[in-house]
Amino acid sequence: MHTKTIAQLSAALRSGEISSVELTTLFLARIKQHNPALNCYISITEAQALEAAATADRRLKEGDATPLTGIPIAHKDIFCTEGVKTTCGSKMLDNFIAPYESTCTAKFAAAGAVMLGKSNMDEFAMGSSNETSYYGAVKNPWDQGRVPGGSSGGSVAAVAARLAPAATGTDTGGSIRQPAALCGLTGLKPTYGRVSRYGMIAFASSLDQAGPVTYSAEDAALLMNVMAGFDERDSTSVEREVPDYTAELTNSIEGLKIGLPKEYFDGGLDDSIARVIESAIQAYEALGAVVKEISLPNTALAVPTYYVVAPAECSTNLSRFDGVRFGHRCDDPKDLFDLYTRSRGEGFGAEVKRRIMIGTYVLSAGYYDAYYLKAQKIRRLISEDFRAAFETVDVIMGPTAPSTAFKLGEKADDPVTMYLSDIYTIAVNMAGLPAASIPAGFVDGLPVGLQVIGNYFEESRLLNVAHQYQQATDWHLQVPAEFQ
Amino acid sequence: MSVDQTDITKVALLARLEIDEADVPQYVDNLSNILALVEQMNEVDTDRVVPMAHPLDAAQRLRPDEVTEVDQRDRFQALAPQVEAGLYLVPKVIE
Repeated sequence: MHTKTIAQLSAALRSGEISSVELTTLFLARIKQHNPALNCYISITEAQALEAAATADRRLKEGDATPLTGIPIAHKDIFCTEGVKTTCGSKMLDNFIAPYESTCTAKFAAAGAVMLGKSNMDEFAMGSSNETSYYGAVKNPWDQGRVPGGSSGGSVAAVAARLAPAATGTDTGGSIRQPAALCGLTGLKPTYGRVSRYGMIAFASSLDQAGPVTYSAEDAALLMNVMAGFDERDSTSVEREVPDYTAELTNSIEGLKIGLPKEYFDGGLDDSIARVIESAIQAYEALGAVVKEISLPNTALAVPTYYVVAPAECSTNLSRFDGVRFGHRCDDPKDLFDLYTRSRGEGFGAEVKRRIMIGTYVLSAGYYDAYYLKAQKIRRLISEDFRAAFETVDVIMGPTAPSTAFKLGEKADDPVTMYLSDIYTIAVNMAGLPAASIPAGFVDGLPVGLQVIGNYFEESRLLNVAHQYQQATDWHLQVPAEFQ
Repeated sequence: MSVDQTDITKVALLARLEIDEADVPQYVDNLSNILALVEQMNEVDTDRVVPMAHPLDAAQRLRPDEVTEVDQRDRFQALAPQVEAGLYLVPKVIE
């Protein structure tokens, strides 16, 4: 039962083959068994989960169920969940019981989904390996000596090890897609503004976007049907009709025009990854797609630009953690300055401090034009590259990450090398486009992800393109041996 | 551009972030490396490019100036390290 997709579980709940309480109990037992080794959950909300499951069973019986009613889910610990500890992976919020609910998690609760717990993550979503969490590193279920990717590493590891059938994640520079690739799952970063950011602890506000982590594209569509939509409480939320994301899944992709950016297949890409991606492209050609080489000339500038925009916005957003109203406060502050600096110095970990420092530096007097303004200009150039590409192709494909999962500790001491592991995902956030990572094969027993980038608000097409591939292949159904 | 120890101390002060004296050299290295990465931006001429603040170039939405929030002071202050009579307490600021 634990390896079934949400579409299958939903059918099993409706037919009465299993109840939500039984299903929830099964996943809670799996969490208890495997979480000590994998560390993918920060909090396990057993009592609330069983209560929500009982309510879901009543809804199912009364015929008042949605496709997600009774389905267990893990929420990234970046979403505020009322009455439940919400840490964002930081010591700063170790004592923070959220006093309100994020729109995203509220929508899942309203649909009848059952929260199993809050998943581990890089501190304040800053990291690509889940090693910056105050609560310790998460292990990759495919090889526990390796990282699951980050920052949504706990969400992704939980789903990969079948400790949850689905999870929410957030993606500021690749934080859904890169771990999905490293753990062999389907992950979708929607168009900026598609999913409400209300109650989602802010990292870089012009880039952050929540999305689903699932086994299959069909499951991702089911989650998107719940998550997407306008929210007046998020000032950057987009007022635009939400389609049924499952409606186009079965459409033929005959004649689909796929663009392959030549910059994504240059130098830095591991040969063995390139071969996996090439065979995935061939599978698409066999399904009737047409492939065309394109160019995104400003690709190499995405990472440098990101490391101005994201830290600048992070240093601004994280100024709210001051030890006064909530969060960590140092002992015996001697004056207000001491209270601020020591509370923040003690509450934040090394990577978060590094980014606050970078952000403060680039925004400091005299440097704004040289850094932030310059970065915003290049951001437009990056977006224009995509705009031009989408005039001739329907979707863009390439690798999600330049390598498979790396070893724990391998890049932890070298921030720049770590940053470059997001080289293929970051440009998408800069442009605000939607993109998915789908499992496309293995290298030495480790999963490889294919990235599919779509035009603005074309999540339905992305999911259709992913689903058609998943009808022809079974990479997305592979489960690590220990967790079958 | 590289930074030195004085820059690190100044930026840490601006960021209200206590940094261990012993860690300063590492910050000098890390920030210099990151800024070297960022310098690649200067290879591009952006004189006539309009800065992009929002991915969809959307304008800030406005709403009627109406009260929509209810008072939840007690609830929020329950999370605070130190409160008294509805006020957040900090060390004495004015002598």
